[in-house]
Amino acid sequence: MNPLAYTSTELMTVAAARLLSSDDVCFVGIGLPSAACNLARLTSAPGITLIYESGTIATRPTVLPLSIGDGELCETALTTVSVPEIFRYWLQGGRITVGFLGAAQIDRFANLNTTVIGSYARPSVRLPGGGGAPEIATSCGQVFIVMPQTQRTFVERLDFVTTLGHGQGGGERARLGITTRGPTKLITDLCVMEPVDATLEMVVTQMHPGVTRQQVCDATGWPVVFAARVEQTAPPSALELDALRELHRRTAVARAAADIRAAAVVAQA
Amino acid sequence: MTHRVARFRQLSDAIAECVHDGDTVALEGFTHLIPFAAGHEIIRQRRVDLTLVRMTPDLIYDQMIGAGCAARLVFSWGGNPGVGSLHRLRDAVENDWPRPLALEEHSHAAMANAYEAGAANMPLAIFRGYQGAQLPSVNPNIRQIACPFTGELLAAIPAIRPDVTVVHAQQADAEGNVLIEGVLGVQKEAVLAAQRAIATVEEVVPAFERRHPNACILPHWTLSAVCVVPGGAFPSYTLGYYARNNAFYLEWDRISRDRHQFRRWLDEQVFAASPEVFAEHARRTA
Repeated sequence: MNPLAYTSTELMTVAAARLLSSDDVCFVGIGLPSAACNLARLTSAPGITLIYESGTIATRPTVLPLSIGDGELCETALTTVSVPEIFRYWLQGGRITVGFLGAAQIDRFANLNTTVIGSYARPSVRLPGGGGAPEIATSCGQVFIVMPQTQRTFVERLDFVTTLGHGQGGGERARLGITTRGPTKLITDLCVMEPVDATLEMVVTQMHPGVTRQQVCDATGWPVVFAARVEQTAPPSALELDALRELHRRTAVARAAADIRAAAVVAQA
Repeated sequence: MTHRVARFRQLSDAIAECVHDGDTVALEGFTHLIPFAAGHEIIRQRRVDLTLVRMTPDLIYDQMIGAGCAARLVFSWGGNPGVGSLHRLRDAVENDWPRPLALEEHSHAAMANAYEAGAANMPLAIFRGYQGAQLPSVNPNIRQIACPFTGELLAAIPAIRPDVTVVHAQQADAEGNVLIEGVLGVQKEAVLAAQRAIATVEEVVPAFERRHPNACILPHWTLSAVCVVPGGAFPSYTLGYYARNNAFYLEWDRISRDRHQFRRWLDEQVFAASPEVFAEHARRTA
């Protein structure tokens, strides 16, 4: 295999990591956001401050956590504060420059649904709910969203607005008294979308290598708008791929070792 | 005031005394220090009609909901962390099994503020939140309040005041003071907000070694009972004692998917068991 061959998930993670800088203080969600933020810390943004909602500030995990409150996050943090403190002083206090989110559904204005599919009272699928997202989206300086792009997840109309993006478009955040920028980047496995004009609709500004416009349209539940000038995403460098794969390798080794110990317990249980 | 030594109790006695049918109960612990042994004891004592309060219901409330203990759930994120759905919670919400479950749903920021308001003996929590979000349209306990100084509209929700809070921690000293280290979550607030509180601990020590002056310690007189239950947070973790059992969290996805499989697990691992089994789980994971 060509050492620089890569998967679409790897490219999505690398593209997301590149958006972060050493000056950022980042509120990190579990999953793709966590992988991207830690990759940034290991490559282009060594000075970045990562904060998880379990209260760990300036954490430097050597492996990716499975949960938001893993011991690894606490043991490698500069300090760990209580959950009321993290939400009140640090998030609501305006100390966070970037919030990094994923979701089950997104619409063209980057509003997010993580609550229900179907009606709220009688959902066909009950999703986990908002967690920290509703306030992350309004209190952080700006929000990056990372999620794979499909017809099922990029929808014309959300079943439930868990978390505000740009509402119904230009000016809605300001009308609600919100002073932060909201979603400024949406990184998918096909492209990058940004709110470039006054409507604040997310439009394609960057395409990943080898992806066609038709592929993007086919994976989106609304008529996609492409910016006048669409850039091409640079493929992952050897350095980026090595750092990401090494991070995943360390994570897999650590989990396998833990699982061997744990499996003995489960077998007993 | 007379000197009071916290009551060290058997877990079964503490639950029997402090947790009653119909109570509002908070078993807290944010991923870390989740009081599973206490949850199992509540199931064994067949408590019903409880209002369960927890930011992240996690496996512990999935088990209690599936066992039929709960009439109502107050929560802010109901998934199996890093794995997926809580199937017993979903079955209750989507199919009323084993009984209907009313939901009061919030965001993390809201619940953290509401616990803090409870600890501070305030009737409500005020914060900047829920802007543009749809939850206020389905949860009448989310309202707005105008700042009397600036006019800014802020979110308001009632303080959380549990009848009883249960937490797990590393150590109690001989007096029954309880030390919590690591990810602290909302445990201190949840204990101070409650009418009654139980702490389960890994061990009792004569005195805390190397106690940091800013350590998070619950004085014994804030607790109704202290119970020594080694491994009592399994399959979550206790920093300094044992790691999170991620394999069990993955295994739970399989166990909890199917009602019969879940019932069998409940019979074998809860009804036929006792708090002592947790010590063995923890020892093997450490």
